[in-house]
Amino acid sequence: MTGTLTEARRPQQAGHHERRSHSRRTARRRNWAGGLAGWLWLGVVAVPLYWTLITSFKAQNRYYADNPLVPSGDPTLENYRLVVESGFLRYFVNSAVVTAGAVVPAVLFSFMAAYAIVRGWRMRVLRAMNGLFLMGLAIPLQATVIPVYLIIIELELYDTLPALILPSIAFAVPLSVLVLSNFIRDVPKELFDSMRVDGATEWTTLWRLAAPLTRPAILTVTIFNALTIWNGFLLPLILTQSPDRRTLPLALWTFQGQYGVNVPAVVAAVVLTTLPVLVLYAFGRRQLLSGLTAGFSR
Amino acid sequence: MSPPIGRRPRRGPRSILPWLAAPALVVFVGFAVVPLVGVFVLSFTTWDGIGAIHPSGLTSWRAVLTDPGLPHALGVTFLVMAASWAVQTPLSILLGTFMAGRRRYRAVLGVVYFVPLMLSSAAIALAYKALLDPNFGLGAGLGIRVLSQDWLGRPGLAFGVVVFVVSWQFVPFHSLIYQGGVQQIPKSLYEAAQLDGAGRIRQFFSVTLPQLKYTIITSSTLMVVGSLTFFDLIFVLTEGGPGDATRVLALDMYKRGFQASLMGPASAIAVILVLVGLALALLLRRLGGRDAGASQLEGA
Repeated sequence: MTGTLTEARRPQQAGHHERRSHSRRTARRRNWAGGLAGWLWLGVVAVPLYWTLITSFKAQNRYYADNPLVPSGDPTLENYRLVVESGFLRYFVNSAVVTAGAVVPAVLFSFMAAYAIVRGWRMRVLRAMNGLFLMGLAIPLQATVIPVYLIIIELELYDTLPALILPSIAFAVPLSVLVLSNFIRDVPKELFDSMRVDGATEWTTLWRLAAPLTRPAILTVTIFNALTIWNGFLLPLILTQSPDRRTLPLALWTFQGQYGVNVPAVVAAVVLTTLPVLVLYAFGRRQLLSGLTAGFSR
Repeated sequence: MSPPIGRRPRRGPRSILPWLAAPALVVFVGFAVVPLVGVFVLSFTTWDGIGAIHPSGLTSWRAVLTDPGLPHALGVTFLVMAASWAVQTPLSILLGTFMAGRRRYRAVLGVVYFVPLMLSSAAIALAYKALLDPNFGLGAGLGIRVLSQDWLGRPGLAFGVVVFVVSWQFVPFHSLIYQGGVQQIPKSLYEAAQLDGAGRIRQFFSVTLPQLKYTIITSSTLMVVGSLTFFDLIFVLTEGGPGDATRVLALDMYKRGFQASLMGPASAIAVILVLVGLALALLLRRLGGRDAGASQLEGA
């Protein structure tokens, strides 16, 4: 994963990587402790996932009678029908609107800011701005929710989707700027210089040079933010109220409050809300995982 | 710094740079910096969350600081932090080292392995709540007495469950970080150790672990600062219960503010949360020493 990232950043080192992984293959050492832990942990991860999946297809009466680890003899889609009829399509749309509505501006603004910080490092304003964003990384998000709630009320946005979008953008900015500026910094200076000689403005350089060269970074930042916002729970909990403004994680929680006894229906809701992410995971696992650790595994 | 006059005629366009950063700055100031200042201000007021806000001096602080709930919440927060660190770190190092050595392992098993990273805390908490049900959950279904305890109904057990579920959710993430760290260790160090006759275990302790120092600091910072934000998971799983056995600071803030309508004291708790977070980040940064550690930490 890190290998991919590093290669994307520093193409000149690709040969070095290859050599290293080759020598690793020849000198493969057995790691029994790691192997044992690996297989055990796989079981720890897999059993709850497996249980959730098979239980979501069980009829409620079978759930109490059957062995929990044996799939139902006659699987039913009844649970999924109940979940869909409880308005989950609406919640799905809400989640999608909030995620897209927050991620697109968050990444766009962060990219512009990162570009400015790297290119204008000599300007004190931009260095100060960078310091401010870095400080934002050390502060736990939850601590600011009470004033955020107050601001949203004052803006008369309470119980609307923009109420979820605006703070989500703000919370996404610090890490996005950090990761993107690290990548933009690795673009060779000569390329910027030749753009300038050709008479390109900063705006053109931003889109024609920096954006294409840092596309992997932009993608990983987009993925990371999208996952965080899609799975977000606290902001919807405190900033919305009406059922038709719910996003998926919040809807899950209220659904459980309503149908708590009907475990198969609850886990069907869990599976259904997770499905979109899992589909993405199936197609772009490498990108997703590198998106999650970008900025940390340097 | 500035080039000689005439050498760079295109000085003009450069001044648009601060404007490029402006949108990000505006949103960040409006919804992060202002709220951060705001939470300090609100901690000196009385507000029920709906009506008018009245300045009330130190009333909220006095209420919070004399409430035995605060040391309790602080204690639970630090215990969850310490326990989840102690469970996750050795496991993640072990798994990360293993995955770094064998790429094929990840290709085959990694598919399941990283799924928890994709799930929302709410979904994970709900699934575990059902799975751990003493009457109809996994333990009861399998007829294994040890597994069919009242997991979420007894204080000690509920605490253990929280730590376990946190680890379940985040070990994959930290293994990935360690895997990246291990892959960056120069191969020559192992060859030298081998020439010196060091065995597999010896190599791990005298090459791998010391070389992972900064990775350990990065990962620990994320775990420790991140543990302050385990709100959703604990909220859905236990709601801080049974009693207040798993009532961490973030949950304490939410309950005081949004359930008991005491926004003043809740803001005071939030201020404490910010201070704890900053103190921990600085402490870990200090532990890292040198600049290399600091630059790693900026990723946190």
